[in-house]
Amino acid sequence: MTAQTPAKAATPLPAAFGAWFATRGWAPRAHQLELLTKAQAGRSVLLIAPTGAGKTLAGFLPSLVDLAQKTATPKKAKPGAPIIGPHTLYVSPLKALAVDIHRNLELPVQEMGLPIRLETRTGDTPVYKRQRQKIDPPDVLLTTPEQVALLLASKDAHRFFKRLKTAIFDELHSLVVSKRGDLLSLGLARLRELAPGLKTIGLSATVADPDALCAWLMPQEPDAPRRLADKIIVKGGAAPVISIVETDTRVPWQGHTALYALPTVYEAIKAHKTTLLFVNTRWQAELLFRELWRVNDDALEIALHHGSLDRGQRRKVESAMAAGKLRAVVATSTLDLGIDWGDVDLVAHIGAPKGASRLAQRIGRANHRMDEPSKGLLVPSNRFEVLECRAALDANYLGHQDTPPLRPGALDVLAQHVLGMAVAEPFDAKALYDEIISAEPYRDLTWERFERVVDFVATGGYALRNYERYAKIRRRKEGPHKGLWGIANPRVAQQYRLNIGTIVEAPMLNVVLGRPKKGVIRGGKRLGQIEEYFLEALTPGDTFRFAGRVLRFEGIRESTAYVTQGEDENPSIPSFEGGKFPLTTYLASQVRDILADRERWSKLPDQVCEWLTYQEERSRLPGADELLVETFPHDKKFYLAAFPFEGRLAHQTLGMLLTRRLERAGARPLGFVATDYSIAVWALRDLGALFEAGRPSLAALFDEDMLGDDLDAWMAESYLLKRTFRNCAIISGLIERRHPGEEKTGRQVTISTDLIYDVLRSHEPDHILLDATRADAAGGLLDIHRLGEMLYRVKDRIVHQRLERVSPLAVPVMLQIGKVPVFGEAQTDILVDASEALIREAMGEAPAEPEEHARAIAAQPAANRPAKRKPRRAARAAGAG
Amino acid sequence: MQVAIADTPVVLDPTGVLFLPESRTLVVADLHLEKASSFARRGMLLPPYDTKATLKHLADVIERRAPRRVIALGDSFHDSNGYGRLADADRLRLAALQGGREWTWIKGNHDPEFPADVGGDVIAECFAERLTFRHEPVEGLAPGEVAGHLHPAAKIRGNGRSVRRRAFVTDGMRMVLPAFGVLTGGLNVLDRAFAPLFAPGALKPFLIGDGRLFPVAFDALCPD
Repeated sequence: MTAQTPAKAATPLPAAFGAWFATRGWAPRAHQLELLTKAQAGRSVLLIAPTGAGKTLAGFLPSLVDLAQKTATPKKAKPGAPIIGPHTLYVSPLKALAVDIHRNLELPVQEMGLPIRLETRTGDTPVYKRQRQKIDPPDVLLTTPEQVALLLASKDAHRFFKRLKTAIFDELHSLVVSKRGDLLSLGLARLRELAPGLKTIGLSATVADPDALCAWLMPQEPDAPRRLADKIIVKGGAAPVISIVETDTRVPWQGHTALYALPTVYEAIKAHKTTLLFVNTRWQAELLFRELWRVNDDALEIALHHGSLDRGQRRKVESAMAAGKLRAVVATSTLDLGIDWGDVDLVAHIGAPKGASRLAQRIGRANHRMDEPSKGLLVPSNRFEVLECRAALDANYLGHQDTPPLRPGALDVLAQHVLGMAVAEPFDAKALYDEIISAEPYRDLTWERFERVVDFVATGGYALRNYERYAKIRRRKEGPHKGLWGIANPRVAQQYRLNIGTIVEAPMLNVVLGRPKKGVIRGGKRLGQIEEYFLEALTPGDTFRFAGRVLRFEGIRESTAYVTQGEDENPSIPSFEGGKFPLTTYLASQVRDILADRERWSKLPDQVCEWLTYQEERSRLPGADELLVETFPHDKKFYLAAFPFEGRLAHQTLGMLLTRRLERAGARPLGFVATDYSIAVWALRDLGALFEAGRPSLAALFDEDMLGDDLDAWMAESYLLKRTFRNCAIISGLIERRHPGEEKTGRQVTISTDLIYDVLRSHEPDHILLDATRADAAGGLLDIHRLGEMLYRVKDRIVHQRLERVSPLAVPVMLQIGKVPVFGEAQTDILVDASEALIREAMGEAPAEPEEHARAIAAQPAANRPAKRKPRRAARAAGAG
Repeated sequence: MQVAIADTPVVLDPTGVLFLPESRTLVVADLHLEKASSFARRGMLLPPYDTKATLKHLADVIERRAPRRVIALGDSFHDSNGYGRLADADRLRLAALQGGREWTWIKGNHDPEFPADVGGDVIAECFAERLTFRHEPVEGLAPGEVAGHLHPAAKIRGNGRSVRRRAFVTDGMRMVLPAFGVLTGGLNVLDRAFAPLFAPGALKPFLIGDGRLFPVAFDALCPD
């Protein structure tokens, strides 16, 4: 406490708080006091700090101090009396986080005896409690973006938020890059109207562009320079100690399971108190969990945590973790955000982290105390991932950030918000427009587009204006609300509330572990939820892995899938999703740098160096700015392998466009596959010979103009665009997720959005929802921005290697053929045998023990075999009759 | 494509309609006209272009086949008020299609009632060339039955991709037609709804491709 004494006179902290810090043996940190001072001066602030820096307490301190100094507020409002709403609103992207923060804040409030009431309000909060909160609100309300939207879309919003002083946004970095962030930014704009003088506090992990977040927190004005919140940046504590796993086992050529390193990972768990094992997808989590228990001879307490598991099950794991009862937890991104997990002393990342910032945030989960270095272990699951892990690790030491940039606010979200505002009370279009463009993501929204969105909400926005009588909102022609837009009938409000939110998930079914009784399966324990498309593809008797067990599928009744305990060790249905996150641009460029720079190979494992050396001997390695394109014959077909390193999504788009062009050039392409690092296209004609003869030249093939007509033509038909359209249609309210009175039975959207898309595209191609869809797809599933940047970058830098056979660098993508969906126009036999022969061909007579590689691949579990039931299908159509 | 239903020769048109050459009868199932506006009444403002598009497709095939009689096999309107909601232009177009030929509306579960001014006959089921035409197929054996209602679609898989298309289904004795309306979805022919109609494995689908039909073996079918 001595360090604090000299500053005592100037401290903004009341004595009771100082004393409380002292009893805990803490001193308030500089950034906590700085934030308090700024907040007391009425400033809005962005606090960027690493995990363990006391970020949450810093965010709440101004509110706690302010509330403590006020006399006790009158509680229960009498009927008719003005409602006294919350003083502070805390918004977190995760329900669990709100609950966790609540627990952590109760402690100081109780110990200091402060007259402050804290409550959470999430989708899990019982209805009676939610209703009570509206009549008798707490001082501090901890909630989620969806709940904020619901509270704002109510007639009482004015009274409820009148007293609001502070809005705290936790994990702001993760919120702002999603449609939820867009919705929340619009909500914030409304909050500012309801509670003038509202100040905001943003809490964030380190990001690439802090000013974007500062602008998000402030009201913006048209044609004025961006207003920014104040910024407090706390430097990281001790640098993390990260290593890449080292084993004597062969690193596989492809795949995502990293099982080769299992013994090493297990030893690491044994050597630490508590280990957090991050994976990128739920199926990887299930698989790793099973495999760890297979080798768990010491019966260590190892648990599983992912978003599909039953809530009760997750809470159990969370509290066991907080109580220090677990040795390891296998987790997906549900554990990414700031929940306090107690004393984690090792974070292992299975598979490549795909981004430097993501890695930093996950590793930061170890040792939730700032001054101790966190300890991380990277476990790449294939050879390219070794390079990627190396790049991420180097970036981490440099402190480089590659969080995605903020994008303009989405129009489908805007449509949802406009309807919500009409539900709250009739609005004046101009006033609402001014409010909306004060939100940073919508600052560039034009009046014309806004009007089109209002028109869309009202009657669908069709040129053929025949839905006037079914309008959802109408401009009142008379009465007290003359000239204002209000809802047409109360059912619209009900529909809005049932369909709120921006998270569109695949339809899910409950999974229940039933008991067979007289040949009928009876209900039992609820295990969690799985996507409907996966379950519907199963036939009774199939086994699959979920909730840490192998389950036997028995059947679907209504919205429940019944399963029983399976007997096999190996499920018959492999369920697997590859990398979910695309590789960031920054890491991709780092991987190219490593390839091009032999000096940096010294940090790579021997077998990876060996692999790169063979590549150099048999073909070449691409320079840092080059695009390497190899052509070679294989198994009576002709292949093109290119290595842009731009992520799977951009590569899929590229592959589609390349095959179209090759088709036109008469090269007779048959199909292609894409990975995060490379693509392979195959054809009936000799691609190498065609390129050398300039028919077409590679420069022409990879010309940027492919993003013109070819892209338009392909996009129109692409299932990716249809999937994007589905999301936009649901978020914008065109299609309902749930219909009043049908909440229980509404297993799926009632009409095929694919058909609606086709009708709309052929009759009104400029409809605003199609605009929204294209904008989404360009940045999302098609990743066109990134593809465009790549094509620009490699212009005049394409190097062609014409080879006699497959090169070592091309083996991983070649092995994907037949394991992932193959795209392309032609329907000829395009499966290539992913066998050891392929690898032998690549390595030639080299002493690379190809048999061993083959065994390593063959030994990979079922999950890596061809997904014979790859869950992709046309959106379900409406049932008959 | 020429096939036979209980020994009556019929032509399967790649647009999804059935044609009887001898009596020049064209049979079309599940038009679901005014489906979008039916949803709009419930607050889902779907694009109001479905009727126009469906009638355009129907006009094309009627012009090509020049039938003497048209049988609309039920669920021609998405609800019983559908005819009343037709835009003027669509009403005129429909009337033009009906002109100069016999027109039979079979009642469906979506459109059990028709207004008096709809034009043509309204009937529960009808017969032509030893075939029976009704909306919902009956369970069990029904030789010579032609029905709609189920919106059959079939899915096949190959080379890591799958194709799902509307389809005619038959076992040589009876037939279920695909839905014709542009906003009508499809039900997989492996769904249990088809089980009471066809003996196991006897069902044969003809998938509608781009301008032609693809007969597919039962064993090649896959579920959704």
